[in-house]
Amino acid sequence: MIRPHRSHPLWFAFLLHRVSGALLALFLPAHFLVLATALTSPQALDGALAWTDNTLVKLAEFGLVFLLAVHALGGLRLLALEFLPWTSGQKTLAASAVALAVLVSGTFFLSAV
Amino acid sequence: MLGMKLYMAQRLSALIMAPLVIGHVGVMIYAVQGGLSAAEILGRTQGSVAWTLFYGLFVVAVSIHGAIGLRVVLFETVKLRGGGLNAVTWVIFLGLMILGSRAVWAVTVP
Amino acid sequence: MDVSVWRGDASGGRFQRFEVPARTSQTVLDVVAWIQQNADPTLSYRFACRVGMCGSCAMMVNGQPRWTCRTHVDRVTSDGRLEIAPLRNLAVIKDLAADMDPFFEKWVTAEAVFHPARSRDEAVERVNPDDPARQQVDAAIECINCAICYAACDTVAANPDYLGPAALNRAWTLVNDTKDAGRTAVLDAVSGAGGCHNCHSMGSCAQFCPNELNPMNAIAGLKRATARRFLGG
Repeated sequence: MIRPHRSHPLWFAFLLHRVSGALLALFLPAHFLVLATALTSPQALDGALAWTDNTLVKLAEFGLVFLLAVHALGGLRLLALEFLPWTSGQKTLAASAVALAVLVSGTFFLSAV
Repeated sequence: MLGMKLYMAQRLSALIMAPLVIGHVGVMIYAVQGGLSAAEILGRTQGSVAWTLFYGLFVVAVSIHGAIGLRVVLFETVKLRGGGLNAVTWVIFLGLMILGSRAVWAVTVP
Repeated sequence: MDVSVWRGDASGGRFQRFEVPARTSQTVLDVVAWIQQNADPTLSYRFACRVGMCGSCAMMVNGQPRWTCRTHVDRVTSDGRLEIAPLRNLAVIKDLAADMDPFFEKWVTAEAVFHPARSRDEAVERVNPDDPARQQVDAAIECINCAICYAACDTVAANPDYLGPAALNRAWTLVNDTKDAGRTAVLDAVSGAGGCHNCHSMGSCAQFCPNELNPMNAIAGLKRATARRFLGG
């Protein structure tokens, strides 16, 4: 998939934005269904929350927060490119979005464990 | 495939979500400390009009944004076209709205 | 030098290998010309000026779109192997000659054509080079229609209606040109189903443009102009 005409930073930023967006959209229904059990059976919600104490699940949550942060920050970069004519330094901004997303999700992970 | 209106809906929903995501991530980092329990979460959120509005707006924006985003992926990657593409876009939007509204209701209203 | 050249037409084809002598300061177009003149006279390809002005010799070189007349072999290969193919995202007429019709038809669809405002009886419009709008035009105007950006763009590949970076870049120059009377028509044309709003800013157009233009920025300008108009500003 990584063909020669795609091997440059902004294409990878595009790929990351698309993959993170799609994964977040697929995660949302599960997220909503679990939260809705607060209404139907609070024990089930507690059961689901207890499941998140698992270290593997914590790692998955770290990934999820990373996806959310990198999609939001990457999206802010695109909004800046499109609506504020911030046209220079796009590669730096894209790299900063990834770095900041790692920082945010790392903070979440350290709080969670 | 993305005309003017869908593009504006996509970007405006993104603009609305920018502060909401920051708030949501902040809440997550705060709430996850010391483990999660239903009582702790619901004690903070249930009966709060502010949280209902916060997450209610979030659900509307994410339903629009997610439906249009997946529409683009389905068009470009899965090659879904025409009426089928429009139908699936609406199903995703309505599905996210229904599931999301139920979740916001459950967590913030009773 | 081990050179694989794509041979075939719209119905299909395959790569054919040629052994080509390496020379100093050899361009990819030199390689193609050597094959046609010395190894296989039936090889079809397109070129005209050989100095990077006409935009007719673009091909895929080792998977990347290049203007072959200005691309030195030693800049694109380190192991003496070259793979030369017709431009991506366009149908093939024969061998290395791609069918440019859809590319140019999309320029017209994007209203990327001059809309005169004055007749020959009126004075020529004054162009102020310090005007910010004119500077936007100047930054985008040196396009040679080579279709390298069009071949590099994955949105073009995924969306057959998408007008593509070159046509939209040209539309952006007209939106900012005081001599052009078609601003409304251009903004309408680039707001359609295949218009500027389909661009994902992946930047391959700017990455590969041989004249170092930035169609991604031009398209962002069109998004801004159409959004402002949509919001009534």
